Amino acid sequence: MIKQEYTITVYTENQIGLLNRIAIMFSRRKINIESLNTSPSEVDSVHRFTIVINEVEDVVRKLVRQIEKQVEVLKAYYNTEDEIVWQEMALYKVPTDVIAEKVKVERLLHQYGAKAVVIRKDYTVFETTGHREELESLIKALEPYGLIEFVRSARVAIIKASKGFHEKLKEFEKQEPGEEVIENEYLDKQDEVFTM
Amino acid sequence: MSNSTILEPATKTAAAAQPLAGTSISGSQAVLEALLAEGVDTIFGYPGGAIMPIYDALYDYTDKLQHILVRHEQGGIHAGQGYARSSGRTGVVFATSGPGATNLVTGLADAMIDSTPLVCITGQVFAHLLGTDAFQETDVINITTPVTKWNYQVTDATEIPSVLAKAFYIAKTGRPGPVLIDITKNAQLQKFDYEGYTPCEHIRSYRPKPIVRKEYIAEAAKLINSAKKPFVIFGQGVILGQAEKEFKAFIEKGGFPAAWTIMGMSAIPTDHPLGVGMLGMHGNYAPNVLTNDCDVLIAIGMRFDDRVTGRLDKYAKQAQVVHLDIDPAEIDKNVKSAVPVWGDCKETLPMLTQLLEKNDHSAWLAKFRELEAEEIKEVITDELNPTTEILTMGEVIKTLNELTGGNAIIVTDVGQHQMVACRYAKYNNSKSNVTSGGLGTMGFGLPAAIGAKYGAPDTTVVAVIGDGGFQMTIQELGTIMQFGAAVKILILNNQFLGMVRQWQQLFHDKRYSFVNITSPDYITVAKGYGIEGKRIDQRADLKTALQTMLDHDGSYLLEVMVGKENNVFPMVPQGCSVSEIRLK
Repeated sequence: MIKQEYTITVYTENQIGLLNRIAIMFSRRKINIESLNTSPSEVDSVHRFTIVINEVEDVVRKLVRQIEKQVEVLKAYYNTEDEIVWQEMALYKVPTDVIAEKVKVERLLHQYGAKAVVIRKDYTVFETTGHREELESLIKALEPYGLIEFVRSARVAIIKASKGFHEKLKEFEKQEPGEEVIENEYLDKQDEVFTM
Repeated sequence: MSNSTILEPATKTAAAAQPLAGTSISGSQAVLEALLAEGVDTIFGYPGGAIMPIYDALYDYTDKLQHILVRHEQGGIHAGQGYARSSGRTGVVFATSGPGATNLVTGLADAMIDSTPLVCITGQVFAHLLGTDAFQETDVINITTPVTKWNYQVTDATEIPSVLAKAFYIAKTGRPGPVLIDITKNAQLQKFDYEGYTPCEHIRSYRPKPIVRKEYIAEAAKLINSAKKPFVIFGQGVILGQAEKEFKAFIEKGGFPAAWTIMGMSAIPTDHPLGVGMLGMHGNYAPNVLTNDCDVLIAIGMRFDDRVTGRLDKYAKQAQVVHLDIDPAEIDKNVKSAVPVWGDCKETLPMLTQLLEKNDHSAWLAKFRELEAEEIKEVITDELNPTTEILTMGEVIKTLNELTGGNAIIVTDVGQHQMVACRYAKYNNSKSNVTSGGLGTMGFGLPAAIGAKYGAPDTTVVAVIGDGGFQMTIQELGTIMQFGAAVKILILNNQFLGMVRQWQQLFHDKRYSFVNITSPDYITVAKGYGIEGKRIDQRADLKTALQTMLDHDGSYLLEVMVGKENNVFPMVPQGCSVSEIRLK
């Protein structure tokens, strides 16, 4: 088994301390978190974590089940890159005079779809959104022109196959849940095991 | 002890019977009202600055709540664990902030790994002092996060009733575990309009009990019915799920040989005709060897700990595994199952039993008995009826069995004596084996025995402890002195940290590195605490001395000097397969 990039999506209650409870589950297993984002979700009051790690699937599957077991976690999923739509955002600060002088820089920024967020006399801040490789190659391209500062956001990702959390949450709110809630990716993917 | 002693948690109607509802009370009072509503009768604790308001309120509740003042917070939490394990109820522990709270950590870790329901309440500095390095301030929530099922910090008294209701609900349901509630001093003091206590019955993000999927039951039954050599291995899940009867019906209908993990021990009587002994590193020969011979392995409420499986890639590879567990994260964690049965075994076992064909696997069972005979010949006879002058641990336990008839609760510490006690002790009743299984916490024995006695006051509680572990929590003799728990303390003294010495002998060329441990005069120490005791080293005195210990009115300490360099066998050496278990 080889390591690959997995994006873990966790739907949770918005609770102080939950970030730590989830984060230490990775550090306990000595797994580096490549990127972590917390944000509201499509459902009011439900929080959404997007965590990116490099691991083998077996480890990810077990880890996700441990995460889902936490009291304040509603649901956790993991997906490979082809199963999600994802973006990251980056900000680049470059000296304004260089940009003004060099047409090349202008063209470069255009090519990467960068937009100016702030233009000041001394510096300009550009913003781009895209996949990591694109964001990183723009750093390389800007370096010769005196890139002053760079920062990249965590990944945000949408699961292609997901129908959202609204329906599921209704089930969670019931005392006696239906099949929706007890759906467990592990139990549902047992077909191959059952062909004994 | 029967399940009937388990008090039902507070019911909805209880709220109506709460006289304080509708009045203004303090957060501290709300804590104690919550405990009463949950049917708590005993608290193990130790006061301190940040929990003083709760102790002040407790002053008026001593007629309803029994508080046992321990000698160290670790003793308090182990006592809470012992109470929970012997009674099947939730243990309650109080500690103050800072060092009081950090002293709970070992017990929390122990309760977490052994799935013991606990509610621990710690005091915390005033909310406005959080993060200021105030006196006895420590970040208890973050320290205890990995060793609690749930934890929460309360800074406002109005939260207390609902948070405690959640705490009890979470601790006891699903796969049980420890919960810690940290309450700042201002919240304990704060007065608020109390609306009564409503037990928690639902948390939307928490699903302790899944709906059982019948198709998996059917699939499991089909596989089990087709088995020629089915083998049941079970853990504490059977006890925690109060499914002892359902379990017995299951194995008896199928005629399945059944072996227990150390935590599952006592779920069925040790002399049950289908019981084939204990699994694991120092378990019995037959269940270990035949794990690698069965065709269908039925695992119930157990988690395939490495001490049970030995080398995983050589574990039961020939078998198809049916795994029944309430915790979905355990299924396929260590051993891949052919059929997972996710659910509460109290529900799943009867469903499965119904689909079973009545069967008799006596030829297969005979194979266990054959190997058992070999173990008796090679190991057990010498251990229980030694020809050596010096006593063995095994014969002490054997004699104890004769005198208690298997009706005592046996609490052990950790090490060689633990393995010997668990190998040879007889149990007639569920919940009568209390031991630190997953964490292996030395020092667990004495305080856990104290707690176990409060959890089962009408049952004899014998704490079997080594000379190493006893010295780790020896201060709890003071708790016995003050509150009178009639714990029978049986020290098996081999003058060594025996288990480590055994490993050093077998795997480190007898380089005995710091395993030679001296002991104080335990009889004099006990005497200082007002506890009677006796030391023996002669076989001729054993039976009488044990009888005196059991007959004594109150706690009693018996120290038995045993062979210094005896080893516990059989043994699955680390890194070996279960079928490579050594008899010597």
